[in-house]
Amino acid sequence: MATPAPLLEVEGLSVRLEVEGVRRPVLRDVSLSLDRGEALGLVGESGSGKSMTARAIDRLLPAGAEVTGTVRFEGTDVGALSGTALRRYRGRVAMVFQDPRAHVNPVRRIGDFMTEALRMNQGISVRDAERRAVEMLGEVGIANGARRLRQYPHELSGGLLQRVMIATALLTEPALLLADEPTTALDVTTQADVMAILDALRREFDLALVFITHDLDLAAAVCDRTAVMYAGQIVEIHASSRLHDDPLHPYTAALAAARPDITRTARRLQAIAGRPLSSFEAPADECAFAPRCGYAQTACRERLPELVRLNGGVSRCVRAHELRSMLGRARG
Amino acid sequence: MAEAAILEVSGLRKEFGELVAVDDVSFSLAESGSLAIVGESGSGKTTTARMIVGLERPTAGTVVSCGRDRSQPARSTKERRRRGREVQIVFQDPYTSLDPRQSADEAVDEVVKLHQDLPAEQRRARVQELTELVGLDTREARALPRELSGGQRQRVAIARALAAMPRVLILDEAVAALDVSIQAQVLNLLADIRDQTGVSYVLISHDLAVVRQLTDDTLVMHKGRVVERGPTAQILDDPQVDYTKQLRASVPRPGWKPPARAGRTTGER
Amino acid sequence: MSSAPVASTDVVIGRSRRPLPIVTLLRATGPVGIASAVVIAAATFIAAFGWLLAPYDANLTNLTNTFVGPTGGHLLGFDVQGRDVLSRLLAGAWTSMLGPLAVVGICITVGTVLAVTAAWRRGATDAVVSSGLDVLFAFPAILLAVLAAAVFGAGLLAASIAIAIAYTPYVARVLRGAALRERSRPYVAALEVQGASATTICLRHLVPNIMPLIVAQATILFGYAMVDLAAISYLGLGVQPPNANWGVMIAENQSGILEGTTLPALSAGIAIVVVVVAFNLLGERLFENTRKGR
Repeated sequence: MATPAPLLEVEGLSVRLEVEGVRRPVLRDVSLSLDRGEALGLVGESGSGKSMTARAIDRLLPAGAEVTGTVRFEGTDVGALSGTALRRYRGRVAMVFQDPRAHVNPVRRIGDFMTEALRMNQGISVRDAERRAVEMLGEVGIANGARRLRQYPHELSGGLLQRVMIATALLTEPALLLADEPTTALDVTTQADVMAILDALRREFDLALVFITHDLDLAAAVCDRTAVMYAGQIVEIHASSRLHDDPLHPYTAALAAARPDITRTARRLQAIAGRPLSSFEAPADECAFAPRCGYAQTACRERLPELVRLNGGVSRCVRAHELRSMLGRARG
Repeated sequence: MAEAAILEVSGLRKEFGELVAVDDVSFSLAESGSLAIVGESGSGKTTTARMIVGLERPTAGTVVSCGRDRSQPARSTKERRRRGREVQIVFQDPYTSLDPRQSADEAVDEVVKLHQDLPAEQRRARVQELTELVGLDTREARALPRELSGGQRQRVAIARALAAMPRVLILDEAVAALDVSIQAQVLNLLADIRDQTGVSYVLISHDLAVVRQLTDDTLVMHKGRVVERGPTAQILDDPQVDYTKQLRASVPRPGWKPPARAGRTTGER
Repeated sequence: MSSAPVASTDVVIGRSRRPLPIVTLLRATGPVGIASAVVIAAATFIAAFGWLLAPYDANLTNLTNTFVGPTGGHLLGFDVQGRDVLSRLLAGAWTSMLGPLAVVGICITVGTVLAVTAAWRRGATDAVVSSGLDVLFAFPAILLAVLAAAVFGAGLLAASIAIAIAYTPYVARVLRGAALRERSRPYVAALEVQGASATTICLRHLVPNIMPLIVAQATILFGYAMVDLAAISYLGLGVQPPNANWGVMIAENQSGILEGTTLPALSAGIAIVVVVVAFNLLGERLFENTRKGR
């Protein structure tokens, strides 16, 4: 039986932006695919390009961005869309951001904001749109939906507002949800709540999810697979459950090892020397992580490593096969 | 517990009009000890820290450091300076905790001049000692903040705080804004500094894993009150109070799944 | 983490090399800003050396030459009292620029002190200062200058001080906002905790960090002051004739316009406009840059 085509296919995506007058790469050769209803985590530190990837998928790149490679959604090239087709695409792909307050008009009521897309793009009446909004608010755990619709953003706490944003995103019945660090600004207990909601709703609506975060374990909590990014490139894609025991790239192993363990008091952490490189600082013809890598050899500096497949995942490490058994045990 | 407590806080209370931000907080910190004050937003942990360091005036209660009372605002600049030699603070945001017009060297130098009357040569050596202690090389020490990364800026902030040679260093979410790999470096640095100089830490944090890494004892705050206290390992391995249990259960770690939702909430959070 | 060990002789407490702040400030204003800066520099030069550059004595009257048009070496002709217009224009630059300089000097200094004090102390002090400034807002500059002339007699000094007082609330209001923002930054709190005195923090840290805004304000206000002072001099309450001054020149030579000799009055007017526009253009750009964070 033929497997259905992936919902989202990103192939060789490279983006260059003008930064202070110079064209610099912010994404280099990013490739990933997502099936219907699948959740993919996108993990990285500052400058890794994870947010930029989401923006590229949602066609939200700043003006003047130079894009090569393709983003295909349900078989269609997203880069070629414009006008009505683009708006329809945006209805199929929803995005939730880190800071809800920056993406909401403070002088409009929640109800206005939530029903806007439905009223404008789908021509649904105000009353129907509001009814749906109240239902969706219930789905994200907000009772008294009708009252909430009349409130203004500043009357809601961060956690509540973020749940409203998720509800809003789901109203247009998208096939794909891009969540860019949606819980980073929230308290940890609120975060756990929102994550539970996200997980439950994803399964209920058979929603595909790209979940962006700097926290490996958070991504693993709701995503079946996780992609790790460094310096604008994908360095590993692997099943989330295997990331700790069987990392395929030294950076993943180092990142996991650098995080303090809540269950043990360790003397020192295994810190990675140096600092995370942004894409535009990284050299074009060698492994970006090599200077900080404990396993770097001359081969690593000779050319840009290709993505290799192994054990059901991919790794951008020249020594991926060799190091397999060693990386998992690197964690103290 | 503590024979000679370097910091003694008793019955601390802070009201902002109707709102009680901090309600009856007491603890004592031993010399070279390391205490965490854990809580989420609205817990009162930051207000408590600000009261200890003198940026906020307690409505009630006392703060005593090195045997001297500092509950009321300092009366003179000289007194404030003396208190600065007892308790110092490092803030969360690396981007606004340094004067954008000063290099690391200059910022540290200014503080050294405030507290020590050294001839220029010796002062220079002292500044270098401090910048090296926090792991800054010459280029970084001479750079302006905008040329430095978040982690490097926090190092400068730590060096500046240590320039006063304080007995207690308050770390107000000082690593929260840093990337994971950088956070690990700074945590190691802080552990080393404590070993080398014997300074005591009060770590304000919402991140339980960081708390475990750096502290011996923990205070859990919720809505202004202390709900649980004890050795860090014990609190994290075997929390007694519901709120602490909930907090613990909410922290992502390998294999973690979000706790199942017990039906619909009333949407208060 | 750290790097190679550093020999103690290498250490200098200093900063990495960077261009002078004024150069970066100007470069960031774009071609229009730079062109304006050039005009301003030229005007300043003329103000300082105009009396030397003037081809003829600016005060030498010769009534037989009243309103004679441009001839020979007299490029702009003669004014109402037969004086060479060009020379008078060049010589008049001095008082025309000096007055606004005094105004800006006073209102920026006083305004900064008030703004920083109010921002630093907050609470009651801030309330009192803000209320006081609100009262001052009620007085238009020209009105105060006229009053000053009535009380102290006509003259550049009284007019300048009066106008400076009228401008102070504008300066203070803008700077107060910026000062409040800086004051609430953690680095200020860190210095307070270190025990640095309020004066030190304000002078060494707060003011330098709002300096680009202060410079932008000063530049814009220079233009406004120039217009207001020219008006006052035109009214006869500022610089007194026969002293050369562009405002005075407009007043003196306005009768010529009806006769068809527009050049004497017009040239003074154009001089004012050119300089004021240059200050405004540069000032606006400097201000925009502070909004953008330099």
